[in-house]
Amino acid sequence: MIQWTGLAVFLMAIFIAVPSFIAAAGRSDLYYTLTAVALLSIASAGVWLTFYIGRINIGQGAFALIGAYVSAILVTKAGMSFWLSLPLAGLFAAGVAVVIGVPILRLRGVYFAMISLVLTQVVTLTALALPVTNGAKGITSIPLPGGVSILGLTLVPDFATLENPRLAFYYAACVLMVLTFGAMYRLVNSRLGHLCRSMQQNEELASSIGVNISYIRVIVFAISSFLGGIGGAMFGSIAQSVYPSSFQVADSVNFMLNCFLGGLGYVFGPMLGTLVLYFGWDLLFELGRFQLLAYSSLLIILMLFLPNGLLSMRLPGKKGTDK
Amino acid sequence: MEQILANGIYLGAQYAMIALGLTLIFALMNVLNFAHGQMYVLGGFVTYTFYGQLGWPFVLALLASCLTLAVLGALIERFLFAPVIRRSSREESTMLLAAGLAFFFDAVILLVFGEKQRGVPKIVDGVFNWDFRLIMPYDRILICVLAILSIVSFILFMQYSKTGRALRALAQDRTAAQLMGVNVAQYSMIGFALGAMLAGLVGGLLVTITGVNLGMGGPTSIKAFMMVMIGGAGVISGAIAGGIILGFLEAIGLAVLSQYGDITYLLIFVSLMIFLAIRPQGLMGKPWG
Repeated sequence: MIQWTGLAVFLMAIFIAVPSFIAAAGRSDLYYTLTAVALLSIASAGVWLTFYIGRINIGQGAFALIGAYVSAILVTKAGMSFWLSLPLAGLFAAGVAVVIGVPILRLRGVYFAMISLVLTQVVTLTALALPVTNGAKGITSIPLPGGVSILGLTLVPDFATLENPRLAFYYAACVLMVLTFGAMYRLVNSRLGHLCRSMQQNEELASSIGVNISYIRVIVFAISSFLGGIGGAMFGSIAQSVYPSSFQVADSVNFMLNCFLGGLGYVFGPMLGTLVLYFGWDLLFELGRFQLLAYSSLLIILMLFLPNGLLSMRLPGKKGTDK
Repeated sequence: MEQILANGIYLGAQYAMIALGLTLIFALMNVLNFAHGQMYVLGGFVTYTFYGQLGWPFVLALLASCLTLAVLGALIERFLFAPVIRRSSREESTMLLAAGLAFFFDAVILLVFGEKQRGVPKIVDGVFNWDFRLIMPYDRILICVLAILSIVSFILFMQYSKTGRALRALAQDRTAAQLMGVNVAQYSMIGFALGAMLAGLVGGLLVTITGVNLGMGGPTSIKAFMMVMIGGAGVISGAIAGGIILGFLEAIGLAVLSQYGDITYLLIFVSLMIFLAIRPQGLMGKPWG
C-alpha cells in the first residue's frame, strides 16, 4: 500500500509539481538539467544492473555513444522517424553487447572493470575512424523528433511545431525513466532477479545448482546496454548533434559513480545518485573556480560516512526494505 | 629500426614505473587507484616547482616529489581508504573514493598550478646521434637509465628487505600475513605510500622531457590500467612486462601507422580485448585476481 502511494506521489511530483514549479519560477533552463538527469539515470540503471550480477561496468559510455550514433544515422541518412530509431538504437547497442559480452563477460572483478573502460575508448576511436560517423566533425543538425499518430489520433506531437520543445523532451524523458525503473523493479523481483543475486554472491555455486550463468550474464549485459543505447539516442536527439566526444571515459565513470552514490543495493539508487551528482555539480557552479574542489570534497566525505550509498541511510524506526 | 627499438625501451621503462605503483596498490588493498595519473601529474608539478621555479638541484627536487607523494599516499590510506574499506559492504565502493580523489587532485592542481603546460630547463644538453640511424637526446637517455635503475632497486627492495617481504606476504594472503605477525594496517599504509611515491618519481623524471599539464592525469591512468591488464593485476613482474609491451607497441605503431592517425590506439585496444578474451588473467596474473 505504502509502495503505491509512494509511486503516485513520485509520478505527481515529476509530471505535475515540477513543471508547474518551473513555470511559476520562470526557470525553464531547469528543464534541460532535469531531462539530462532523467536520461542519464536510465543509462545508470543499466550500469546498476551489471553491478547486480557482480560486474563493475565502466563501459556504459560506449553503448550510449553507439545508441546516439545509430539513432542519428537512421534519422539523418535514412529519414526514419526518431521514435522508431529509438528502440532500434537500443537493440543495436544490445546486439553489440551480446557480441562483445560473450568473450569479455568471462572476466571478473577489476579485469572486467578495466576492459569495459577500454571499450569506451574503442568506440570513441572507432567513431573517429569510420566514414559513416563523419569523424571528429560528428553528425550535426539532427531534426527534432516528429509526430506519431495512429488512425488520425495524435499520440505524440511533432516536436518542431511545439512552442516549448524543452517541456516535451522533459515529459518524454520522464516517461522513459518511469518505464525503465518500473521494468527494473519488476526484473529485480522476478526469477531472473533472484538468479542475478545468486550470481552476485557466488558464481560457481550458482552454476553448480543449475543456473546457466553464461546465458544470464549475457542477457543482463544486453539489457544494460539497451538502456545505455536508449539514453544515448535520446540525448543525441536533444542536443541535435553527436560527436565522438559526446560520451567519453569520464561519462562512463560518472554512470558508475551514480550507481555507487545512490547505493548498489537499491533499485532506485541510480536515479537518486544521478540527481544528486548532476544537480550538485550545477548548484556548485556558483563557487566558480572552487566548483571542482567542493564537488570532489563532498564526494569523498559522502563516501567516508555513507560508503554503502545514500539510500543506506535509514530513517529511525522505519523498517528497511532491501531490494 | 634501431630508432623504433630505442623509443620502445624508453617508453617501456617509464610506463613500467607507472604501472608498478598502480599494481602495488592493487595487490595490497584491492583498490583500483583511479587517482594514479593525477598523483603522477602532482609529482611532476612538485619537481617543476622546486627545480624549475626555485632552482634547486634536480636530484633534490626529485626527492621532494617522492617525499610529498609518499606522505600524501600514507595520509590517504590511513584517513580515507582504510576507514572506507572497513565500513563498506562491497569493496568496489573504494572505486568511488578513488574517482573522487582523482577529481580532488585535479581541482587542487588547477587551483595551485593553473591549467597551463609547464616545462623545466633541460638537465643535460646535446643529442646522441649514431650515423642518423639512431637519434636520441641525452636527457632522454639519462631519464631512461634512471627509470631502469629505479625499477631494479624497487625489485631488490621488494625481494630482499624486511618491508618488501612483509608487503609480498600481504599481497599473497592478508589473513595469513596477519597470523604470521605482520602489522597489516601499518604495512598497508607503507605500501600505498610506496605506490604513490613511484607515481611521483615518474612524474618528476618525465617533467624534464614532456613537461606537465593538468590534462595528463586521466589518460595516464587509462594507460596504466592497460599495462596492468596486459601483465596481470597485482603482479610486479607482470606490470613491468605490460609496461614494456605497451611501450613497444606504441613505438612500433606510431612509426608504422603514423599516416592513419589514431588507428594505432584503436588497434592496441582491440588486440588487448582479444588477448584478454583468450587469457583473462593477463600474462602472469592469478586467475580471477
